[in-house]
Amino acid sequence: MLDSYGESVLVFLGINMVLALSLYLPISAGQLSLGHGGFMAIGAYVTVICTTWLGWPLVAGLAGGGLAAALAGAVVGFPALRIKGIYLIILTMGFGEIVRIFFLNFEPTGGASGIGGIRHLTTLPLVMGVAALMLLCLMRFRGARIGRALRAVQEDEVAAEAMGVNLTRVKVAAFALGALGAGIGGGLYAHQALFIDPGQFGFFRSAEIFLIVVLGGLGTYWGPVVGAAVVTLLPEMLRFVQDWRMTVFGSLLVLCAVLRPAGLLSGRRPAA
Amino acid sequence: MLRVDRLAKRFGGYQALAGVDLAVEPGSVHAVIGPNGAGKTTLFNVITGILPPTEGDVSLEGRDITGWRADRVTRAGIARTFQQVRLFRGMSALENVMVGRHARTRSGFGAALIRPPFHERGEEAETRRRARELLELVGLGARAQTSGGDLTLVEQRRLEVARALASDPRLLLLDEPAGGMNPVEVEDLNQLIRKIRETGVTVLLVEHHMRLVMRVSDVVTVLDAGRVIATGSPDIVRRDPRVIAAYLGRDA
Repeated sequence: MLDSYGESVLVFLGINMVLALSLYLPISAGQLSLGHGGFMAIGAYVTVICTTWLGWPLVAGLAGGGLAAALAGAVVGFPALRIKGIYLIILTMGFGEIVRIFFLNFEPTGGASGIGGIRHLTTLPLVMGVAALMLLCLMRFRGARIGRALRAVQEDEVAAEAMGVNLTRVKVAAFALGALGAGIGGGLYAHQALFIDPGQFGFFRSAEIFLIVVLGGLGTYWGPVVGAAVVTLLPEMLRFVQDWRMTVFGSLLVLCAVLRPAGLLSGRRPAA
Repeated sequence: MLRVDRLAKRFGGYQALAGVDLAVEPGSVHAVIGPNGAGKTTLFNVITGILPPTEGDVSLEGRDITGWRADRVTRAGIARTFQQVRLFRGMSALENVMVGRHARTRSGFGAALIRPPFHERGEEAETRRRARELLELVGLGARAQTSGGDLTLVEQRRLEVARALASDPRLLLLDEPAGGMNPVEVEDLNQLIRKIRETGVTVLLVEHHMRLVMRVSDVVTVLDAGRVIATGSPDIVRRDPRVIAAYLGRDA
């Protein structure tokens, strides 16, 4: 059986899958976001408040954290309607920073010193179950009316709107559902890390989630799964090089970007 | 059917449309022609809600639709194709047409989750059936699984027609559907437009291909520099001195 180290690595793998799958939805509607750490933070804090302070069971707490994040996602989704590409990335980065600095200064949740003493409630079956459920949802969306609308919006917004797709509704929904998943991921993370502070949900967290999705490839929902596996397991397997670990990891990522620019799970290479 | 009154559109200092009046009769094929830059595509973009008008009104079957968002215009019963083809290139021909059904179907995220696996029924099955039917109508039945970007330009234009028809429009706007077609393909298009009219759909088309316009249209409106300079049957318009001047120069 797994030792506790192995199990904890797999739990973090599952959490990364949850986060990456949740970012995949808005990205597949053409909305690039580098603020997913912000939604994760909201989910983590709200879940912990529900479980630790209010004594709710974890699943109820995750629902609360997920919904709070989804609400924030809907609010951010509206200004995000008007801009795209690199400008949307900047807006979402700004959002992530706002959330981080809010919790940094919000004394009821401990400010900079964070919240400790969180019970260890996240289990491997729970995390993998949530990830599998999210993967299943994405699969179900893809072949359905709503999934086609999302792909149409990604391909050509003008044409999609001319087909009767309500861009506002579809894009805000994609953003809010992505935030919902990130919030649940944040709640699971908090009950595995057992201590949370605002620094854990900063820009680097957002960038890591983004990296997982892009590394895996945007063509299929298996991309985030494979990306999460690489980004979580590779640094663990590189422990034998000790201090050079992150340098080697970074070099391997550069190699991936050169050899498979459209992601690990992409059949075709972009035309030169 | 469609009424356009005193429609104007300004882009900064450029007057693309300067008070256009247009009345499309139900069940007709109505062509809009004019030299390059006359404002034909702008007219289409304003009617379909892609651009807001500066002034004027648009109404469909007595209902004011001026300035409506494009998706609401589609739901009100107007569908269109694009001069520069705008297919969903990464999706199959069939999926493109299925997206076209969006305005007439309802299932959302919830319905996507609870639909039975491996077997479609209800709305989704109906969407697929109707999409196949429309692919057959435009002669792309054998290309259903080909992705939009892999079709030839002529096939792409036909696919756009099928995709537009999928929204069950009462008025179909075709923006230069004959672009890039050889004479045989133009003749097929002529037949297709007639078939579409027989199903009760009114057609408004912008076209440069004069032989097609003269053969297929009931009414022709000529636009020049954002104004209507003539409207009438193809034969009358063809002989109108102002039209000849607009096409061949003032001294002709």
